[in-house]
Amino acid sequence: MSTIFFLGYKTILVTMVWGISLLIAMYATLMERKLAGFLQDRLGPDRAGPFGIFQPLMDGGKLFFKEEIIPNDSNKFLFILGPSLAMFTACMTSAVIPWGPDLNLFGHTIPLQIADINIGVLFVFGVVSLGVYGVMIGGWASNNKYSLLGAVRASSQMISYELAMGLSLIAVLMMSQSLSVKEIVQQQHGINWNVFYQPLGFLIFIICAFAETNRAPFDLPECEAELVGGYHTEYSSMKLGFYLFAEYINMFVSSAFMAAVFFGGYNFPFMDKIANGNLLAILGVAVFFAKIFFFIFVFMWVRWTLPRFRYDQLMKLGWQILIPLSVINILLTGGAIMLKNL
Amino acid sequence: MKEQSLVSDYIPILIQLCVAIGFVVATMLATHLIGPKRKGANKLESFECGIESEGNARLPFSVKYFLTAILFVLFDVEVIFMYPWAVNYKTFLHEMGMQGFFSMVIFLSLFLVGFYYIVRKGALKWE
Repeated sequence: MSTIFFLGYKTILVTMVWGISLLIAMYATLMERKLAGFLQDRLGPDRAGPFGIFQPLMDGGKLFFKEEIIPNDSNKFLFILGPSLAMFTACMTSAVIPWGPDLNLFGHTIPLQIADINIGVLFVFGVVSLGVYGVMIGGWASNNKYSLLGAVRASSQMISYELAMGLSLIAVLMMSQSLSVKEIVQQQHGINWNVFYQPLGFLIFIICAFAETNRAPFDLPECEAELVGGYHTEYSSMKLGFYLFAEYINMFVSSAFMAAVFFGGYNFPFMDKIANGNLLAILGVAVFFAKIFFFIFVFMWVRWTLPRFRYDQLMKLGWQILIPLSVINILLTGGAIMLKNL
Repeated sequence: MKEQSLVSDYIPILIQLCVAIGFVVATMLATHLIGPKRKGANKLESFECGIESEGNARLPFSVKYFLTAILFVLFDVEVIFMYPWAVNYKTFLHEMGMQGFFSMVIFLSLFLVGFYYIVRKGALKWE
């Protein structure tokens, strides 16, 4: 394959993935408000266009035309760096997710994955950990007491749940013997999904994903009743938009990651019956996105159903329940694999 | 199994890096240029629910948060040690049998002893 072709289609793929994640994040805001409306027995936004479908465009446009306020007491450079970093890390995580089976076009095999690297899982963890800096820098640079409290809460919550998240994935890696996300997906061919072997691991992972994305019931960093707006109290215009938007992109990417690692990614039952490779690829992408939307729905469903945790309960759940549970999960998986292989 | 990644496998990540940085910088510039600018002394003060702001926010905060961060670094390093073992677990079982499992049991029990110690010391108590 020629270098120019390689660079060309990778650039197209990167742009498409970026565009789609932005689009999905935009419409996830509408979906969230509609769903909240449904769960609270009201309509939700319905004025901008039919069923309110232009609402996200209006909201985004409005944020651009708002005044940008940088408080006098804040550190100007860090104040701008915070939301930029949050958005940047949100845009980077999608690089290692395989969106579908290989596509055959013009005599070339085109993998629907931006980068198939053998450390895919570690890449995701690395970039996700950088996300802490966006929140921390923004909250500290604001020089506001609410922001500071929100930022220290957010960062200690995110690092605490990262531990349990890393531990819960180890059991999956013991089965897959690979850190490449594509490899992990390929091993779950048909309905041989990891969630059937790792139900506990999945449960721990999804709880940690809620905490990592600062979503309810773990949205303490921005709980409006105590901290006004948490770490983004001082932010306005698109800088505030970046923080809110990054949360939705993170939600989309972590849904995609969970669907890929635990729910078989683009695999679906009876997929061997489809002989046409390109048809299989298109169906695979559709199935994958259906799974992603299901997880986004779960994120929202949980947010509008459960009340918020108290901070000591949150830390207790993260450290004293999830970490021992995931260690037990590792030992159980290890024992089971040993019994099967010896 | 894919044994090795080439440097060229990382080039798409570089492209994504450029797209992400470009998007962030362009949006930041656009919102800076488009938005109105009507500054005032009161507007640029730190927000404190409408009352006069009291001092600076560069305050000392609870040492618990710092302790959590230190413990995170400690335990995260131990978690990272488990990754290479997990990926090669089945190979270990083939090569050295049960030892491949029980050496990790020892490592995990040391991990849990440390964990038990910090729990008993009350390092994770927030009430």
